[in-house]
Amino acid sequence: MIRALLRALRRPGPAVGFAMVLLWVACALFAGWLAPYDPLKSQVPLQFPLDRAPDGGHFWLGTDLLGRDILSRLIHGARTVVLWASLAAASAYAVGIAGGLAAGFYRGPVDRVLSFFANTVLSFPVLVLYILIIVTIGASGLNIVLAVTFASAPAIFRIVRALAIDIASRDFVAAAITQGENALRIMVVDILPNASAPLIVDACLRLGYIAITIGTLGFLGLGLPPPTPDWGGMVNEGRGMAMVFPHLVVFPCIAISSLMLGLSLLADGLNEAARAGSRA
Amino acid sequence: MIRFLLARLGEVVGVMLAVSFLVYLVLEHDAASVAVKVIGQYSTEGQRALWLSENGYDAPFLVRYVTWLGRFVTGDWGSSTHFREQVTVLLPQHLARTGILAGTAFAIIVPVAFLFGIVAGVREGSWADRVVSFIAVATTSIPEFASAVFLSAIFVFWLGILPGASTMTSGFEWQQLVLPCLVIVLYDFGYVARMVRAAMADVMAQPYIRTALMKGASPARIVLRHALRNALVAPITVIMLQIPWLISGVLVTEVFFAYKGFGTLLYQACLNSDVALIEACAMTSVFVIVSTQLISDVLYTLLNPRIRFGLRRGEA
Repeated sequence: MIRALLRALRRPGPAVGFAMVLLWVACALFAGWLAPYDPLKSQVPLQFPLDRAPDGGHFWLGTDLLGRDILSRLIHGARTVVLWASLAAASAYAVGIAGGLAAGFYRGPVDRVLSFFANTVLSFPVLVLYILIIVTIGASGLNIVLAVTFASAPAIFRIVRALAIDIASRDFVAAAITQGENALRIMVVDILPNASAPLIVDACLRLGYIAITIGTLGFLGLGLPPPTPDWGGMVNEGRGMAMVFPHLVVFPCIAISSLMLGLSLLADGLNEAARAGSRA
Repeated sequence: MIRFLLARLGEVVGVMLAVSFLVYLVLEHDAASVAVKVIGQYSTEGQRALWLSENGYDAPFLVRYVTWLGRFVTGDWGSSTHFREQVTVLLPQHLARTGILAGTAFAIIVPVAFLFGIVAGVREGSWADRVVSFIAVATTSIPEFASAVFLSAIFVFWLGILPGASTMTSGFEWQQLVLPCLVIVLYDFGYVARMVRAAMADVMAQPYIRTALMKGASPARIVLRHALRNALVAPITVIMLQIPWLISGVLVTEVFFAYKGFGTLLYQACLNSDVALIEACAMTSVFVIVSTQLISDVLYTLLNPRIRFGLRRGEA
């Protein structure tokens, strides 16, 4: 997989995408050092970009209604989105992979029950499902993880199930069964690694969609509770004044779009590299 | 064909039943909280108890669910506590407005996406292909609320030529439809374009295209007569399956531009714990999705005669 990544990075699109993702991950990791100000500290409200700060520095991207530095909030917001999106994705993948492997390996009633449940969840428009869940259980980081798991695991389940059905029909799985290996070992050691390439491409895209979901929930006022710096939440807070102070909403939107674009370009590159690899 | 249809129809009914149970379970498992939501926070214990027994909430959960389902199926959808109006009156109005918005967007998405997809797919790897692919990736990467912000910044704040809200309070105005439509088109056309491109590229690599080329057919004739027909099967079903995404996107767009459609209705119902309205909206959206899936399945079998009707597809 690392070889596929390196091959993908030789093309400009995926390389740029990778750099964009890396930038935001770096922001998330080193937010404390990179941010010029405390993201929660109230200074001078509604300063325009490049305005002077009281301590002699600059508010590079201006300040919001409560006088908080927007650049610092964006950098700390990267931490929020990277942390919660990865947690949510990890949780959704854990559930989806477990279900998909079981359904694809055992088939029969296990498959039928799990598939029916997945189909039921997947017949909701995604956003409607998120809103329903968050409104019912309340808005918090952990609840977002729960909601994303519930809504995304069925899609992952379908992918893993299809892959597992295909792989389980190969000879080496039959050999493993004949050898008397236990079912769990076959699923995790024999089937899962052979399904990893398409799953990694999917994970890249899905991570982006989860980031967008967290942003969208924030925009709808159903995201992480304030004053957590959250890109979608910043758009929601600044929306009322966007006609006079567009910098309140434009920069958070650029942030989330660039993260998503980076992930899409990377996923695209990985996909092509994986296909080229399988052809060679 | 009939058997295939009946089997699919059975599945659809099963899914709808499961969905209705899930929705009812989530919203009404706790009778006491339903009473608070319907008659208000400042009601007394006695009032709530009276309301609960009047509306049959003393019965066990399953009995309540079956009664509710019976009423729902026969068209008694209750009334909205927030809008103080029958749900069956509210819902069609808002659905119609969403229909106008989504329909217009769809009418733009399909031709644009096909044009881009065909141009890109005819010659895989050409510069036109690379440009189109990049545009498609870039536009689908920008979330709806972000492109709404960008477009508003340009057309409302900077150029000042379009209204920033689409409330339509003084009757229908087409100017108010432009930005919401643009946002939806921008987010959705890329995906369809990529599907058309992939299908087109697949067909163009087939030997019969080379044959047509060698016998001296003009490129336009090859694309229009030979390639396009075979390339259309997959994208048409993909477009149907795109509708769930469209619904999610429309929801955000409507909320952003304060357009009084189905999305705003659902959003406000959720924010105001308007139980009956949430149930109706959720069931309606699921119904739309399930029926488009059904139509897409039927279209797929009709367009592609090679599919055996008795055989189930891997992902039914």
